[in-house]
Amino acid sequence: MFGMLKKLMGCVREYKKVSKLTPILMIGEVVMECLIPFVIAKLVGQIEAGCEFTVIVKYGLILFAMACVSMFFGGLAGMTGSKASCGFARNLRHDLYYRIQEYSFENIDKFSASSLVTRLTTDVANVQMSFMMLIRIAIRSPLMFIFAIVMAFIMGGKMALMFVVVVPILGFGLFTVAKKAMPLFRSVFRKYDNLNASIQENVKGMRVVKSFVREEYEKEKFNRAAEDVCMDFTKAERIVAINGPLMQFCLYANMMLVLSFGSYLVISSKGSAMGVGQLSAMITYGFMVLSSLMMLSMIFVMLTISAESAERIVEVLEEQPSLTNPANPVYEVKDGSVVFKNVNFKYSKTADRYALADINLTIKSGETVGILGGTGSSKTTLIQLISRLYDVTDGVVAVGGVDVRDYDLETLRNQVAVVLQKNVLFSGTIKENLRWGNAEATDEELMEACRLAQASEFIESFPEKYDTYIEQGGANVSGGQKQRLCIARALLKKPKILILDDSTSAVDTRTDALIRKAFREFIPETTKIIIAQRVSSVQDADKIVILDGGRIVAVGTHEELLASNEIYQEVYTSQNKGGDDDAE
Amino acid sequence: MPNKEMLKKEAEGKEMPMDGKMPGGKPKMKKGMLKRLIVMLFHFYPVLLPVIVFCIIFSAIVSSVPSLFMQNVIAIIEEHVNTGDWSTAKGEILTWVLRLGFFYLLSLISIFASSQLGAILTQGFLKKIRGKMFDGMQNLPIKYFDSHGHGDIMSYYTNDVDTLRQLVSQSLPNLITAAVTVTTVFSIMLYFSVWMALIVVAGVILMSFVTKTIGGRSARFFVRQQMAVGRTEGFIEELMNGQKVVKVFCHEKQSGLDFDAINDALYEDAKKANQYANMLMPILNNIGNVLYVIVALAGGLFLLSDVPNVSLSGKVFSISIIVPFLNMTKQFTGNISQVSQQINSIIMGLAGAERIFDLIDEAPEVDDGYVTLVNAVVAPDGTITESEKRTGTWAWKHPHQADGSVTYTLLRGDVRLNEVDFGYEEDKMVLHNVSVFAEPGQKVAFVGATGAGKTTITNLINRFYDIADGKIRYDGININKIKKADLRRSLGIVLQETNLFTGTVMENIRYGKLDATDEECIAAAKLAGADDFITRLPKGYETELSGNGANLSQGQRQLLAIARAAVADPPVMILDEATSSIDTRTEAIVQKGMDSLMEGRTVFVIAHRLSTVKNSDVIMVLDHGHIIERGNHEKLIAEKGTYYRLYTGAFELE
Repeated sequence: MFGMLKKLMGCVREYKKVSKLTPILMIGEVVMECLIPFVIAKLVGQIEAGCEFTVIVKYGLILFAMACVSMFFGGLAGMTGSKASCGFARNLRHDLYYRIQEYSFENIDKFSASSLVTRLTTDVANVQMSFMMLIRIAIRSPLMFIFAIVMAFIMGGKMALMFVVVVPILGFGLFTVAKKAMPLFRSVFRKYDNLNASIQENVKGMRVVKSFVREEYEKEKFNRAAEDVCMDFTKAERIVAINGPLMQFCLYANMMLVLSFGSYLVISSKGSAMGVGQLSAMITYGFMVLSSLMMLSMIFVMLTISAESAERIVEVLEEQPSLTNPANPVYEVKDGSVVFKNVNFKYSKTADRYALADINLTIKSGETVGILGGTGSSKTTLIQLISRLYDVTDGVVAVGGVDVRDYDLETLRNQVAVVLQKNVLFSGTIKENLRWGNAEATDEELMEACRLAQASEFIESFPEKYDTYIEQGGANVSGGQKQRLCIARALLKKPKILILDDSTSAVDTRTDALIRKAFREFIPETTKIIIAQRVSSVQDADKIVILDGGRIVAVGTHEELLASNEIYQEVYTSQNKGGDDDAE
Repeated sequence: MPNKEMLKKEAEGKEMPMDGKMPGGKPKMKKGMLKRLIVMLFHFYPVLLPVIVFCIIFSAIVSSVPSLFMQNVIAIIEEHVNTGDWSTAKGEILTWVLRLGFFYLLSLISIFASSQLGAILTQGFLKKIRGKMFDGMQNLPIKYFDSHGHGDIMSYYTNDVDTLRQLVSQSLPNLITAAVTVTTVFSIMLYFSVWMALIVVAGVILMSFVTKTIGGRSARFFVRQQMAVGRTEGFIEELMNGQKVVKVFCHEKQSGLDFDAINDALYEDAKKANQYANMLMPILNNIGNVLYVIVALAGGLFLLSDVPNVSLSGKVFSISIIVPFLNMTKQFTGNISQVSQQINSIIMGLAGAERIFDLIDEAPEVDDGYVTLVNAVVAPDGTITESEKRTGTWAWKHPHQADGSVTYTLLRGDVRLNEVDFGYEEDKMVLHNVSVFAEPGQKVAFVGATGAGKTTITNLINRFYDIADGKIRYDGININKIKKADLRRSLGIVLQETNLFTGTVMENIRYGKLDATDEECIAAAKLAGADDFITRLPKGYETELSGNGANLSQGQRQLLAIARAAVADPPVMILDEATSSIDTRTEAIVQKGMDSLMEGRTVFVIAHRLSTVKNSDVIMVLDHGHIIERGNHEKLIAEKGTYYRLYTGAFELE
């Protein structure tokens, strides 16, 4: 808990000054607010005593000045408070975002994109809210509480003892309510999230619901869940609803005590121990004391609710990137050769199954290698080790004769370009997307890369050509076009090794062949590693690697494998059934 | 295609809800929203609602009157303070205090009742309105879901219900309390002194002016803040989903800088919005304080200068009027600032209510079909009779209105489209003169580029959309006459984008037929070739799936979807890219299962991969809504037309 707070507070940084200033300004406001009733009581006393008019004016001016001071402090605290809390949130988002940039694939897998989004948005908003409460009200309320009591004692003397009765009642009541309601709220919020998740499922799967005619079934299911949420919520809310009457009870008790006990004091002392003005001020102080207590309990609830958000944020901040640069990194990749030596790999230490086992493979610089295998045969896993997106569990992966773990990460990844299976274009123009590969690329270089990737033709057909705006997720280009843009983007890196992870699946076989032809002719020195579903995509490779269940079962050329490997034969025939009419 | 549009809408949708719901953005509120909301509340809770409102009003009145008691007590004190004789004053004072205590007791009871009942009412109301929304949503046509972003629909349930909760549980009760208190207090003020009441009114006018100026400014920046939040969230979502690409391209630094720019902009807008909001309270409070001072001053002035008091009570100025007046001033201004704090949430709540009512008011899917699907028994002589029990044989029950007779037609799975035209929008036809004849047991394949109209045809067969012209007959019956639920029950559909539901694997398969036994489900899974991977899951068929089966691969999800359709055992099946994510080798393995699944059924297949459709009885090649080629694989290859070129890879299927 303490470590967590420390970590969060570390994000306040340049807003430390305003964060500290806010409660100090608040002190100004609170002091004034507590003094005003005191001065007014005096004024009433003066009026009661039948003072001169000038005295009243004097008091009036003092009071007016005090209100102005209070307004000044209050308004200023409002400004610094929002600056501090918004700044704090800004730093939090910044730190989270930058930390995530350091994450390895393993770290990203651990959290999943959607949970990272929640942490950067909702959770930060919750913590920001709490922070604002904390610097504005968490200081203000106890101060108000103490000042009001002190003033009450100064003014009312013995009468202030009534707080000894009322405050514990309210404090105990509020505490009990908060303690009881909190776990209920925590569980019901979770249930509520689940309810919304199931609505979302329905919205997305409406075609399924309707085609199976499950509308009534879904309604029943929903109503049961909603009923459950409703009952739990009502239970929790009813407990919290006790706060209102409890607070009122204390206020009323305060009022009655003041009126009866107060009148006794005024009358029995002939107005010397206490005047009518003080009587009224005592009521005001009572209100201040009790409402600040109420505020405190609200903050308490708010903080515990956002504690979970804080935990989730700190979790991201404290996650150590599982891959780091070596101490004395190698900054040059000599050539595009790849060697796997006795490689075993599993995604987590606790997993009992190896995703890859006994991998030994040598790829010479400039070779074209095809990788084939069924779903779950770990093809993607294999190539991700080459650019060190994951670290091997045992054995060595070497690029250009050097263990990948000895390279500077950026050097390695710039030389080993991977076109991922789940590829993403970002909202922005085609040019902007391509420049991810090389920020300094000239327009000629961009066009050259697109020609190689067979993308220039369709890009030229767009009215705005290379300045065409790609919508989020590349929604306005087809799957095949997207894949070719992604290949062009990777080509712009001018890598020594180019890896295509099923990157031409949506491209027709003819274009696919053209891309491979371009690779052969224009980037012959680059090592090309191609994962594919289609035999035609790999059959002219220098060698084809067959993976099954995380092991290499065969390596060879198209002819060799066709003659000897059962899996290869199976795939080949399934794709060419009755097919001597295949153009390739 | 609706799908692409959907995606686009969803992407844009993030910023859409803001227009309607932000305060100060001058939301165009339909008139009577509040009235409709109250009528609805009253309709749900005809007894509870009035009771709660009564309790709130009662406690508001009761908590405003203590000033009267106080005035009396102080008057007594004034009387006795010079003698210092407590014993004579004691009786009178205690009587007043006890009377006050009695009032307070009533007030406490009503506050307790209204807050407890209020919690029950609020949550009950929210549950009912959620239920109404969900029920209404289930009855909406598919068109609604294709034309509205999923994010938008979800925000009805999350954001809008939340604002409604705020409105019902806090803003409205507060508003009633404040209105009643202000009225009562003001009456009491007039009762004591008209002059001083007028001073308070002047102060209140000033306060509303300040609220309007500062509040308006704050609202303006809140709108900007919301927009910045939308931008930031959009950016975060996009980049978090593409984080692996960022890594692969070593783009971390640039991506960080891009984020900083957007993050800083959000900071600026958020800071300003909050500054104004934060300043409003202290300013209003202190105007309250100044007013308090002015009232005290004026009171003193009146007292000293012997200005004749004008009041309803006819009382003359005395300290016993000024003191309670000061308290009343505090109460009055306190309530005004309370209301000013509620204005934003009231506007937002009403905008939320409007959006919720829009969803509820959306026209449901119309189903005027009268031909129903019944269990049937076929006698040896061929006559069909209806059966109560599940017989495994189905028949269409066709009542004839003219003579009241009923005819039965055996469900066979004969689907014919006759010269069908269709467009998602009236003036933009996507299918032109399409005719397809599928005899029972035939496998019909559709091939063509995205947007050629393949999926559209299947959307018409199960009447997700209605055709513009032409006829579709199912076993010789015009499908417009068939009850939609029964029509859809007779069609099994497997879509490219598989949607699974939270629950176990078994429950997900059973979705196809709710009364299926475990054995039936397992048999269906085996048929679909899903049994193999299911048994390898940690808990086999009892493995819990969540987040649309996030722990399964796309291919595995598709296999489950096929099993789900298999257990329903419909005579007609539509496979829309159902095996697109299953690799060819696995597909070859499940092919046997798929073949036996398709056996004896009419099957419509849409597939990108031509190897999947090659063995169809008839292949339709679609282009821009026209069927340009039809025939089996051999015939189409021999024709050397579009299909041939597609097959040989000269065309790209996207």
